Amino acid sequence: MFVFSENVCRFAQILNKAFFRESMGVKALKIKLLAVVMLCSFSGFGSEDSTDKKQEEFNPKEMIMHHVKDAYGFHLWDWNGHSIALPLPILLWVDGEMITFMSSEFHHDSNGEVIVERNGHRFVNFHEKVYQLDSEATALAFNEDNYPINASKPLDISITKNVFMMWVSVLVLLFLFITTARKYKQSPDNVPTGIAGFMEPLILFVRDEIGVPMIGEHKYKRYMPYLLTIFFFIWINNIFGLIPIVNGANLSGNIAFTFTLATFTFIITTFSGNKNYWKHIFWMPGVPVPMKIFLAPIEVIGMLVKPISLMIRLFANITAGHIIILALMSLIFVFKTIAVAPVSVLFALFIAVIEIIVTAIQAYIFTVLSALYFGMATEEEHH
Amino acid sequence: MDLGSIAAIGAGLAAIGAGVGIGKIGGQAMEAMARQPEMHGKIQSSALILAAFVEAVALFAVVVSFLK
Amino acid sequence: MDLVTPGFGLVFWTGLTFIFLLLILKKFAWKPILGAVSEREESIKNALKSAEEARAEMQNLQSDNERILKEARAERDLLLKEAREMKANVIDSAKTEAQTQAASIIRQAQATIESEKQAAVADFKNQVAQLSIEIAEKVVKSELSEKDKQFKMVKSLLQDVTLK
Repeated sequence: MFVFSENVCRFAQILNKAFFRESMGVKALKIKLLAVVMLCSFSGFGSEDSTDKKQEEFNPKEMIMHHVKDAYGFHLWDWNGHSIALPLPILLWVDGEMITFMSSEFHHDSNGEVIVERNGHRFVNFHEKVYQLDSEATALAFNEDNYPINASKPLDISITKNVFMMWVSVLVLLFLFITTARKYKQSPDNVPTGIAGFMEPLILFVRDEIGVPMIGEHKYKRYMPYLLTIFFFIWINNIFGLIPIVNGANLSGNIAFTFTLATFTFIITTFSGNKNYWKHIFWMPGVPVPMKIFLAPIEVIGMLVKPISLMIRLFANITAGHIIILALMSLIFVFKTIAVAPVSVLFALFIAVIEIIVTAIQAYIFTVLSALYFGMATEEEHH
Repeated sequence: MDLGSIAAIGAGLAAIGAGVGIGKIGGQAMEAMARQPEMHGKIQSSALILAAFVEAVALFAVVVSFLK
Repeated sequence: MDLVTPGFGLVFWTGLTFIFLLLILKKFAWKPILGAVSEREESIKNALKSAEEARAEMQNLQSDNERILKEARAERDLLLKEAREMKANVIDSAKTEAQTQAASIIRQAQATIESEKQAAVADFKNQVAQLSIEIAEKVVKSELSEKDKQFKMVKSLLQDVTLK
């Protein structure tokens, strides 16, 4: 524990030095920060002794994973040892019938201890996944990898935290853009007023910086609704993921979300591919025949890797941002002192500011690459 | 050493490569912008796209380390 | 592993939500917004084009005006030149006429003078003849009287005569 904290503190010192090397004016701040760093190394000592008490050990990995992953209820905060949470419906498809109950029936349990019985089926919530207990089992049993052995996962289409936040974001988007569209109808010369004045540059950015240059002057119009929708959908969900009070519903950092959007891009690319596009995949022009045969499987893999990289890029960027902020915050609980809080908060703030930029950049990248793939699929032969 | 640590080291190595790559893209883009300030917008957007391609490699490694 | 496995529920809801969002926004937001924007751009382009046309027309008009002005100026110049030539011609002809007239007057005067002179000479000759006859008379008379006296007299008479 001590060694670890010392390492962290040395790292902080190095960072500190790197940050303030240039400016001499902030010397006072530097000294303060150094003092904090010194304090944290001492308090590392202190916490070593106090862990004797058999209190619940703080596990940063578990906490971070819990925050990054999806959940059934919308947990807001703890109050006197009770969780205050917004219950959300759980929808399960078991043996051809739909079983529904509210997530509050699990009483905030996610260790598989509370059993909910419906229509003769028994369900437990283990690590925010609903398991259906086998018919004769009375409690969840685990193997040595801490994996349930006497239960199976039913088809789960619950309205989880992420689905809930997605619908909130959809409502916000609908409100924003339908209001914008109405503003244009109201003004006689199509002059953007009010919110439209703010939204129009963004929409024109997607059209003039993404649609037109990537797809081309003649064909971009068909793809504009998709590009605009995906850009704003990703962006707003990225931003929602950063709002702390909604407990970081990490929707755009969830692989299911990015998988779905990347699949849409893949489907549209594949269906809008013209003769030239397929020729470049299966029978590359301009190279000798053995090379053509050699290149075909590579191109087919490349066709699939494009949406996969889209999926992973968005997922990993957003998840990584969340993990870094949470890891910095959990330093406070790892060291069990408030003294490390300024450092944690400062760095977390720094990362959070970067994340705000990343929300826009990742939405831009996803959209621009989708547009690029559409452009490649519809490109005419030019040689 | 358990599997997780090895995966983490792998992800770190991939991050070095991606860091070098993105650094090179960023540096050259800056140089190009300084040389041709009127091409600023075009250079910036293509640099961002290229950085995204390079970054994808590091992210694949991160995901592989999640897979463990 | 759990983190990178897409859960079916979220895929299902995301797909459904996204398709609905796309359709609704396409119908109620993107179409009107992009339509309005492109309509406005079109109208701006048209306005610019018509302004350009008006300017070209104006330029045409201006050059027309200039051409007309130039022509008028050339015409004026031509007229002025002609007038000047005419003036010169008139002066010239008047001058020559005057000269010829003057010459003829002079010639007439000369002729008159000549004839007067001739008349005068003739008259003089007559007188001389008369005189010489008179002298001769006197000479003849004195010759008859005195030889010396006669000579003297002729001499003095001749002296008078040579002055003429």
